[in-house]
Amino acid sequence: MEHMGVEPGRLSFSWISSAESTKFVDVVKDVTATVKALGPNNNFKKAADKVT
Amino acid sequence: MLGYIDKIREISKRLLDEGRVDMVVGFRKGSMPMMNEPSFIKNSGEVSKLVWDSNCGINLANYLTDRKEKIGVIAKGCDSRNIVTHILENKIKRDQLVIIGVPCKGMIDRRLITAMFDTEVREVNEKGDTVTVKGAGFEKKLKKSDILQDNCSKCIHRNPVLYDELAAPLVEEQKDIDRYAEVRRIEAMSPQEKWQYFEDLIAPCIRCYACRNACPLCYCPTCFVDESRPQWVGKSQDETDIRTFHFLRAYHCAGRCTDCGACERACPVGIKVRQFTSKLNKDCLDMFGWEAGVLPDQRPPLDTFKPADPGDFIK
Ligand code: SF4
Ligand code: SF4
Ligand code: SF4
Repeated sequence: MEHMGVEPGRLSFSWISSAESTKFVDVVKDVTATVKALGPNNNFKKAADKVT
Repeated sequence: MLGYIDKIREISKRLLDEGRVDMVVGFRKGSMPMMNEPSFIKNSGEVSKLVWDSNCGINLANYLTDRKEKIGVIAKGCDSRNIVTHILENKIKRDQLVIIGVPCKGMIDRRLITAMFDTEVREVNEKGDTVTVKGAGFEKKLKKSDILQDNCSKCIHRNPVLYDELAAPLVEEQKDIDRYAEVRRIEAMSPQEKWQYFEDLIAPCIRCYACRNACPLCYCPTCFVDESRPQWVGKSQDETDIRTFHFLRAYHCAGRCTDCGACERACPVGIKVRQFTSKLNKDCLDMFGWEAGVLPDQRPPLDTFKPADPGDFIK
C-alpha cells in the first residue's frame, strides 16, 4: 500500500490476544495518534465525497 | 526461434498419435500481425496449424485450469513457471501433462512496434535477430533485442523449469540484469508522488478485465470484481474503484506472479499493469528469497510459515 502512495502509518497491523486488553488500548491510542498527525486522507475517496 | 516449429510439430504429432495426450495446446497464426492465438489441436492431422515465432507472448498455462484431459502443452520459461504454480495450487495434475518445453529468446512488443509507424503494420517477419516490419509504403528492419517486451528484456528464466520434451537446445540465460530499476525509482518517491504516479498510470483503464483474464493466476470461479453479494468493490469508473481493482488484483498475485507479461500484453489501452506486481515480486525476492514457479517442490511463501519470516510490520 505504501508503494502505491498511502502514507506510512495510515495502515497498521497488530497481533493482540483477547487477553491483552492493555496492549489493545495502547495500540489503538498509538494508531489514532499517528493517523491524526497525518491529517485527513484526501486520496482514495470517491469523487462525490471529496472535501474541497 | 523459427526453426523450433518443426520439432514442436513432430513432438505434438507423436504425442497425439501414440495417444499419450488428448490434445496439444499451442499457438496458431492470428488474424492480425503479431497476434498469435492459442490453439487446441486434437488430431495429428492438424499439427501443421501450430506456429512458433516471437509473437507467442500469451501464457498457455491459462488454458490448463481445472482441465480433466491429458494435455500436451507448449511451454516457454514463464509458462512452465505458471504450470508449476498451477500444479502447486491443484489446478492441474502433473501426470495429466506432457510439457513440451521451448527455450525462449523473448517475445516482441507489439505496442512498441505499432507506435513506431504512422500507418498500419500489415506484416511482420523475422529471421534470426532481425525483424522486418511492413506496411503500406514502408518496410523497416529492426533488431529484435530493441523491441522485446519489457518483461522479456528482464527475464532470467527463459528455459522451461519443468519439461518432458524439449523443442530445442537450452538457451543461455540473461545475466546481470537489473530487474527492478523501475520499482526502485518509485520506491524513492514521496507518498504523494507515488499516489500520483499510479493515478496517472491507471487513468486510461476502462475496466475491461482483459489483464485479469489473460493471467493464469486469475482462475477464481467468481472474481471479487464480479461478486455482488457482498460487493467488494464498486463497479464504477470512479478512480477509487479502479484503484481498488488494481491493487487487489496485484495482491492476489503476490508470490505467484511469474512476470510473464500476459496481463500487460492484453491491455487494450496499454497500461503497464506489471508496475503493481513487480513491486510484490521484488518484495518476495528480498524478504523470502522467492521467485514464483521455479521450485516445483516448495510451498509459496504466503502459504507457509517459517520462523525467519520478516514480521517487523506487526506492532
Ligand atoms: S518472460 Fe522469459 S520465458 Fe516468458 S516470453 Fe519473455 S523471455 Fe520468454
Ligand atoms: S500478473 Fe501478469 S505477469 Fe504476473 S503471472 Fe499474471 S499475467 Fe503474468
Ligand atoms: S486490461 Fe487494461 S483497461 Fe482492461 S482492466 Fe486491465 S488495466 Fe484496465
